[in-house]
Amino acid sequence: MSRVLRVRLFWAAAAVFAVAFAAACTGLPRFGTLSHPYGARAIAAAFHQRTANTVSSVNFDQRAFDTLGEESILFAAVLGGLVLLRRARDERLGGVRRGRVLPATRLFGSVLLPITLLTGVYIVAHGQLSPGGGFQGGVILATGLHLAYVAADYGVLKAIRPLAVFDVADAVGAGAFVGLGLVGLAVGAAYLQNVLPLGTFGQLSSGGLVPVINAAVGLEVGSGVVVLLAGFLDQAVEINSPDEQDNRTGR
Amino acid sequence: MSTANLLPLGVAIPLLGAVVLVLVGRRLPRVVSDFLVTFWAAAEVADLMLLWMRTGDGHAVSWLGGWRLQHGESVGIVLVNDRIGIGLALLTAVLVLAVVAYSWRYFEEPPAGHAGTFPALILLFEAGMCGFALTGDLFNAFVFFELMGAVAYALTGFRIEDPRPLQGALAFGVINSLAAYCSLLGIGLLYARTGELGFAQIGQKLTGHRTDALLVTAFVLVLIGPLVKGAVAPFHFWLPDAHAVAPTPVCMLLSGAMVELGVYGAARIYWIVFSGPHGIPHHVFRDTFVVAGVITAVVGAVMCWQQRNLKRMLAFSTVSHVGLFLVGVALLTPEGTAGTALYVAGHAGAKAALFGVTGTLLDRYGSVDEHSLYGRGRELPFAGVLFVLGGLALAGLPPFGTALGKALAEHSAQSHAAWLPAVFVLASAATGAAVLRAGVRVFAGAGRRPRENHEVPETTGSGEEPEIRDPSRRVPLPMLAVPALLLCGSLALGLLPGIGRQLAQAAGLFTDRAGYVGAVYGYAHASAKPPAADWTAEGIALGLASAALAVVFAAAALWGAPRDAQSVVRPLRRLHSGHMGDYVSWLVVGIAVLLVAVRAQL
Amino acid sequence: MTSLFFLAAGWIFLVGAYGMVTSRNVIRTVGCLAVTQSSTYVLLLTVGFRRGGTAPYFTDTSTRTPVVDPVVQALALTDVVVGATVTALLLAIALQLRKRHGTVDPDALTGLKG
Repeated sequence: MSRVLRVRLFWAAAAVFAVAFAAACTGLPRFGTLSHPYGARAIAAAFHQRTANTVSSVNFDQRAFDTLGEESILFAAVLGGLVLLRRARDERLGGVRRGRVLPATRLFGSVLLPITLLTGVYIVAHGQLSPGGGFQGGVILATGLHLAYVAADYGVLKAIRPLAVFDVADAVGAGAFVGLGLVGLAVGAAYLQNVLPLGTFGQLSSGGLVPVINAAVGLEVGSGVVVLLAGFLDQAVEINSPDEQDNRTGR
Repeated sequence: MSTANLLPLGVAIPLLGAVVLVLVGRRLPRVVSDFLVTFWAAAEVADLMLLWMRTGDGHAVSWLGGWRLQHGESVGIVLVNDRIGIGLALLTAVLVLAVVAYSWRYFEEPPAGHAGTFPALILLFEAGMCGFALTGDLFNAFVFFELMGAVAYALTGFRIEDPRPLQGALAFGVINSLAAYCSLLGIGLLYARTGELGFAQIGQKLTGHRTDALLVTAFVLVLIGPLVKGAVAPFHFWLPDAHAVAPTPVCMLLSGAMVELGVYGAARIYWIVFSGPHGIPHHVFRDTFVVAGVITAVVGAVMCWQQRNLKRMLAFSTVSHVGLFLVGVALLTPEGTAGTALYVAGHAGAKAALFGVTGTLLDRYGSVDEHSLYGRGRELPFAGVLFVLGGLALAGLPPFGTALGKALAEHSAQSHAAWLPAVFVLASAATGAAVLRAGVRVFAGAGRRPRENHEVPETTGSGEEPEIRDPSRRVPLPMLAVPALLLCGSLALGLLPGIGRQLAQAAGLFTDRAGYVGAVYGYAHASAKPPAADWTAEGIALGLASAALAVVFAAAALWGAPRDAQSVVRPLRRLHSGHMGDYVSWLVVGIAVLLVAVRAQL
Repeated sequence: MTSLFFLAAGWIFLVGAYGMVTSRNVIRTVGCLAVTQSSTYVLLLTVGFRRGGTAPYFTDTSTRTPVVDPVVQALALTDVVVGATVTALLLAIALQLRKRHGTVDPDALTGLKG
């Protein structure tokens, strides 16, 4: 299809879509409506489970199975990244050039790295109380580690990031989530049922299974993102593709 | 273990297996790792088999996290299913077991140092497909839809040394994810109206509203995801691109189970969410999707006949059959649904076997091109027999399961429109004929030597890299034994009367919205009388007719006068451009057409 | 007027889809896919908005405080993770495509057709 035809076809269809979507919006409840039946139930259930952050209660308790699927997607993406970003048969590993880093950058990086990691741990640990949780904290942990790349160079990043360990940690985190679900079955309750002691509302130890799953997710996300980013960084920094002439273009 | 707990285990077992393989795979010798993955796949089959038997002629219901209904409402996710969904999950698990056995000696298995990654991805794929088949919650279905998608993109692009798998994987990923987001928009609209996410719960709340623009838009948007996964025209373009390039074991799963799950999802969502009072009336769904199915079947059959790349040919045959499946379920009769269920199972066996045999060709000759392989398969007579049998099964030769399923669907289709059985016969004959033509050329070297023709836009399939490293070795035993067993399975579906009757019972439940809702809300409901699911003289005659037609078509192509029909089909072939922008355009066009079609019929 | 917030979701979706249709670079296509996905965030969050509601956690507020719907926020979070991982996978494919094919222009990717 020619470019012009493709775009015209799209516009015609998009017009229909726009009209239908706009008409659909007139049938929605008013913006800011006070009636949120599922939301109200979820809040009540979160109180019952003594989980102050209701979003975490939905994510890791009431609809934990969604999150299990979601974390499996992340796990799959990390494995897929390993496969897709592997070194091809005709590629070689090149040396890494040491970069020049401004002293100010080095200083800020060195100071911020531990602070960022601490923040990440805090956010994972307080997922049941305040906005945050395993995913958000895990991402902060993983990106915090990469401050070493900014502040020093790739060699230092590689030194503080043993990939074999993170690989295993990623799988352990994913496995822990699946396994925690089985705890419910083991004690005769349902899969992923929150069977741990619920603690006191608003305390760090509240929420029963929620902080435990949060920790598992934090571990998985943190290590998974590190491994995934390592795949991309290796491609950019270390792996040399065969000469342009050898590129099998136009096949 | 209670029946309810078998449902989440159907997802948890393969997930756990994937974790274990990643953790220990690289430390174990290949043989042990192969044994381990086979064990997990077998455990999943056992779990689902037990679930199938325990569920019987009812529903299995599991409220995850123990969030049962209180005062008719729940905050949790419910897994609920009858033997149609469980049967699909079981079919997936059996195919995965077959694929795992098939790949025992298949891959050199990159990436180095990460042994176990490929089987782990296969198990994650299985978890996604089983989760999608078993769930009774719309958002949860979206999550598992994306899980099977994400794994499938990675598996499709597995052979990074060749640019084509990457291109196919990218088109696959972009189009399927876009479709998933359409579905999510629809889920958002439904959530705004009903404040629910479960199929049954949304369906119940919707009965209190009129059929208005919101419902129509949400209906179309939610169905886009399953329809794209199910490769219904004009959403089918990604499928041949992905199938032609994915590793053979992955193709077996894509064609045998994943695509069919799209049709299942569309039918299930319509039945439970939208078919109630003040929903989308039956006649609207029936008329719209019977037409869509017929178009898909015809496009798939025509394109299938034109292919010389064997994998792409099989992919288009899947498109064509999926069109027939869609017609079968869109009839909205228990008989049509029962027929489709049998047809899907029989087709999965035959199609996976065909892909498996094609894999041996790729393994040996580094090519899946019908023309350049001419006569080279003579040294593999057993593979040739399997390939031809697979082609006949695809065409619907009794007593294969495909024939019985097709016969039931045809019988039901006939009462809707007298010409519909002709579509079934022609589409299955054309796809079967294409396979027979290719099989005779490759494995017997019969007929005219095909001439090279470079004027048409096409994907030849030569110059592929062999998927294994040592083409001089003998064909490994599992690579022929597994296709043979799969064909036997397809045959058994037609010969053993028990399976057909059980699926007919299940189809009665599948088409009974009140029964499903009753199972979720926990009140008993008298089930409808199941349709008959036995061979009839008419069904056998139609099956023999399509098989005979397939043989005639194939013979005409091999020995008849060369005929050039390119002027007719070239525009259609040009539409399959491999261009992502085109595919996105077609997707939006498809949405627009469905919106207009549904609105116009209300 | 307030339905403008809902309409924005549809608009974002179409903008993203237009970008994918006209893209001359597959990395841009993947970016536009992320744009279409953000339409789902906007829709989910507007659907869950409650006038006068604050963030749905009760660590330092009374349990009677009106809050917005936490369920859509949980769904959006799941959606974000799904989107991020899928984007990462697709970018990995695009990167390899650039190395193997020497181009990321969809017009030049002609390996599969007919």
